[in-house]
Amino acid sequence: MYDIKALYEAQSVADAIRLLREHPRAQIIAGGSDVLVQIREGKRAGVELVSIFSLDELRGVNLEEDGTLRIGSLTSFSHITKDPLIQKYINVLGEAVDQVGGPQIRNIGTIGGNTCNGVTSADSASTLFAWDAVIELTGPEGVRKIPIKDFYIRAGKVDLHPSEIQTGILIRRESYEGYAGHYIKYAMRNAMDIATLGCSINVKLSDDKKKFVDIRIAYGVAGPVPMRAVHAEAYGKGLPVSGETIRKIGDTVSEDIMPRDSWRASRAFREHISKVLCQRALTEAVRRAGGTVPDDLSGEMGGAAL
Amino acid sequence: MTEKRTSENHQYKLVRCRINGAERETMVDVRASLTDMLRNDYSLTSVKKGCEVGECGACNVLIDGECFNSCIYLAVWADGKDILTLEGLMGPDGKLSDIQQAFIDEAAVQCGFCTPGVIMSAVEILENAEKTGREYTRGELRKLLSGHLCRCTGYENILNAVEKTMKKRLAKKAGK
Ligand code: FES
Ligand code: FES
Repeated sequence: MYDIKALYEAQSVADAIRLLREHPRAQIIAGGSDVLVQIREGKRAGVELVSIFSLDELRGVNLEEDGTLRIGSLTSFSHITKDPLIQKYINVLGEAVDQVGGPQIRNIGTIGGNTCNGVTSADSASTLFAWDAVIELTGPEGVRKIPIKDFYIRAGKVDLHPSEIQTGILIRRESYEGYAGHYIKYAMRNAMDIATLGCSINVKLSDDKKKFVDIRIAYGVAGPVPMRAVHAEAYGKGLPVSGETIRKIGDTVSEDIMPRDSWRASRAFREHISKVLCQRALTEAVRRAGGTVPDDLSGEMGGAAL
Repeated sequence: MTEKRTSENHQYKLVRCRINGAERETMVDVRASLTDMLRNDYSLTSVKKGCEVGECGACNVLIDGECFNSCIYLAVWADGKDILTLEGLMGPDGKLSDIQQAFIDEAAVQCGFCTPGVIMSAVEILENAEKTGREYTRGELRKLLSGHLCRCTGYENILNAVEKTMKKRLAKKAGK
């Protein structure tokens, strides 16, 4: 038995907001793969829970009229990976969440829960940063939409007001159209492990595939919250697609990141793999965008598998 | 929601669901995990309590055709769902299913504690393979089974059992 004082099951989004107002100390539970484990660890003894698990209206992926991709916050990782719209427009997100935990965790874990935890290592978060995702929050005062970089306040803390729930994650058409991306998770094990570092990159190339029109580089675990490598991005924009450019962009990343020492890895190691993963992910993103990287570099980059 | 509170002020809810093909209903303490409900209310003891934090897969069951670790799934969430446990694989005459037999033939069972959970994952994998006609590679099978810990077998025989059953089922399907 879980040490739960009371469980309130929401029947709709409006009902969830009402329950959260009535029970201000209650915590939201979505898929539960984090909350229930924390209760087991004794961290939230006697907790009151508002369950939003049954709100099927928050499940699934849609394409809105203006081309915005809308991911319901309760969509499970495995459903994101399998979704035809995700595969068509932002396949890298499906690939990233396919590296969370193991198969059973991917069936229960939700993308909303993964972002609301405010954890830097979340496999979905760096990719959502890379795609300039917008977080949709619904509360007593209505709906607000904020860029994902503003949603993360500090480690473990996101901008979720009292009685508010995250209802969707939006990727605007201008964010994905013409872009191709790649995500690399570095972890000690292939399954059931948390990222030592995650790097998600997408690029837009010029029509002749010779120039970087835009580059977006995002990291998990390179700082207390997921982040973008803004200096490295700015450096690379407009430069020719070449091994040289990719190498230099990777070198510039150190101006942006601030990893720490932890039992998983040292700061120095994280700095090193930040650079290497950037170069590898960038090489692959270029390839997926239809560009070519000279063989010397792809050989160097594609060598030892991580 | 049908709900009541007992004298100790515990909160209960009526949970109606289908378990191994039969419609069932019972009052469940809202603090219970699905593992608790399946074991205590329905005596389905193939559902094991291993880590109880979603790491080992010993409690894995199918809910509406997908695998879930029932230890981190609230029992009340099972309302309206279709649940399959290892007990549900048995044929009407008590015969083992092909995948269970394969585990025996390949010596993929030692202490057996992880086995029901692994077999339920195999059931999902095999059904997907049959549905799509896709033959998974060994590497893909490893990934699909990676949510299970086995302290005894070293996994090779488990992989052999799942792979052989998949190939048999696909061959049978192609033959028809
Ligand atoms: S007992 Fe549920 S995953 Fe270990
Ligand atoms: S057979 Fe003993 S744990 Fe797998």
